[in-house]
Amino acid sequence: MNAIVRAVTSAVTGAIAWLESRSGVGAFVRPMMTHRVPRNAKWWYVFGSATLMFFTIQVVTGVCLGTMYAPSAAEAWESLRYIDTVVPAGWMIRALHGWSSNAMVVMMAIHMIQVFLHASYKYPRELNWITGVFLLLTVLALAFTGQVMRWDQDAYWGLGIGASITDRIPVFGSQIRDLMLGGPIIGGETLNRFFALHVFILPGAAIGLVGLHLALIMRHGISEMPKRGEPVDPATYTEAYEARIKKDGVPFHPDASQRDMVFCGACLIALVVLAAVYGPFGPGGEPDPTLIDTNPRPDYPFMWIFGAVSLLPPSSETVVMLVTPVLLVGGLLLVPFLGKAGERAPSRRPAMVLVAAFSVIAIASLTWEGMTSPWSPVMNAWSSLPTPGHFVRGRSPLETQGAIVFQYAQCRNCHELGGLGGKRGPSLDEIATQMTPEQLTRQVSQGGGNMPAYGKNLSSAQMSAVVAFLSTLKPSDEAAAEIPGALLPLPTR
Amino acid sequence: MFKLGAGLMGIGAVITAIPVIGFAMGPTRRKYANQWTSLGSLEKFPIGETRFATFLNPIKQPTDGESIKTACWVRCISEGKFQVFAINCAHLGCPVRWFAQSKLFLCPCHGGAYYEDGSRAAGPPPRGLFEYEWKVVDGNLLIDAGRLPGLEDST
Repeated sequence: MNAIVRAVTSAVTGAIAWLESRSGVGAFVRPMMTHRVPRNAKWWYVFGSATLMFFTIQVVTGVCLGTMYAPSAAEAWESLRYIDTVVPAGWMIRALHGWSSNAMVVMMAIHMIQVFLHASYKYPRELNWITGVFLLLTVLALAFTGQVMRWDQDAYWGLGIGASITDRIPVFGSQIRDLMLGGPIIGGETLNRFFALHVFILPGAAIGLVGLHLALIMRHGISEMPKRGEPVDPATYTEAYEARIKKDGVPFHPDASQRDMVFCGACLIALVVLAAVYGPFGPGGEPDPTLIDTNPRPDYPFMWIFGAVSLLPPSSETVVMLVTPVLLVGGLLLVPFLGKAGERAPSRRPAMVLVAAFSVIAIASLTWEGMTSPWSPVMNAWSSLPTPGHFVRGRSPLETQGAIVFQYAQCRNCHELGGLGGKRGPSLDEIATQMTPEQLTRQVSQGGGNMPAYGKNLSSAQMSAVVAFLSTLKPSDEAAAEIPGALLPLPTR
Repeated sequence: MFKLGAGLMGIGAVITAIPVIGFAMGPTRRKYANQWTSLGSLEKFPIGETRFATFLNPIKQPTDGESIKTACWVRCISEGKFQVFAINCAHLGCPVRWFAQSKLFLCPCHGGAYYEDGSRAAGPPPRGLFEYEWKVVDGNLLIDAGRLPGLEDST
């Protein structure tokens, strides 16, 4: 019996030794597992690993979807519905792919903020940062092309927005648009181009960049937690780092990898729960461009851009739309060269902390704006919202008629009454305290301040009715506006 | 030998690259002609009104599916006189909707607004709505349709 065990053991050991001698897998992997990392590199360092884990999920679920998805404009939408409703576990694979995509963007952003706050991009890790910036761009491009894969109304009109932006590029705009769309219209070739980008070119680029990013980590070692009063000096840094890490470092596995495992494991469970509870993203409405009763919105990673383009004045928006991305990417690429040496501690780099805080707040608030989009007219407000009772009770026939004109002429699509309606223009609940009937007539007929002129669009009877109605919109204890330009009288109690 | 190798590889690379680049750049080189496309009989477009119309884009590819279905707005100004507006907002291309009561086109994306003659009324669009050229043949309204309208058409 013992002889058999011994023979089997020696055969297995021999086979492993043979495999190692011929392939060198162990010699390749072992240094990665055992390389020494700073002892103080604790929970701050888990976000890069989590990004990589979500990327792996994307590759696996992406290949699964690739076996079912029909990359053809005529069939893509149907094939997604088929995956969602008929294919066993199909909806779950789509849900995992969608949620993991958002999670990857979030983890990547946190990882980037951490590296920025700790100034880990300083000498000698400039290229780590630069490969990271290209990874960020690749992942965002994957997210955008992924939205196109859904081939629903949002995908169609999202491409239209992309086409409208590229159209604005000087000189070569229309050629670049043709290259992007694969022709003069959004059609069959458009989807196939984005498919090739989404499943071949961009994942290939991402895998290459991840390899480079990891190789650079092995070459320069993980950066330590920043300490006040220990600036990076390129002349002495590498030697000092290696001495410190030799003396005080710990092996990556298991000292650091166990934290990665805890965090990644928790992330993975959260991902599965999110995917199972909230399900897949779309596909939304069928890709028929003649169904115009639609409200195109981009996916979360692009919501802040959607929000930003609403704020631009028409005179400068083309310049801003085209120049800002160049400045943002250029700025990110320059980060390690503008601050390649010196203090790393956030407390010694208050300006950089402000830059990070400002960026986070700007992107978060633009995302919020994009999601609520107060600048968009509420297309069905006029036909669906009630007029609050206290605005019509006890009013004259003319004023009541005005309330009807107000609703009928879609004023409500842009103006709130009683907190309901569009937010594009001001709420009109108290407009009579601010404008006299003469001013109201002028504003409605001539427009201005981003309001269309209704002079030609309303009859004079409609105009007097709507102005009569608007002149009643004030709290009962406040006086109506009087002479234009005169000081408002104080409310009498 | 090295020079021979470099030369052969160079020639090989160039003659391989020509079709690859030609293929990839194809969309900028192919010529797509717009075509006169019917929106249907004039009776569908009463005088003084603006009506929704659809057509199949004459520029077709084999796998387009529904994506070549295209919408537009037809305004009949007077007997035999029309304006045909592209559905795409001049700001970022979203589909504008006509509101006959207020005689405005409104865009759901960033709130662009246009008057009934297509001129810009409010919001971020840099110009008025894009227009198709039109003509009447045998009682049918035809438009010069094809390329997705964009700012390069600006005059």
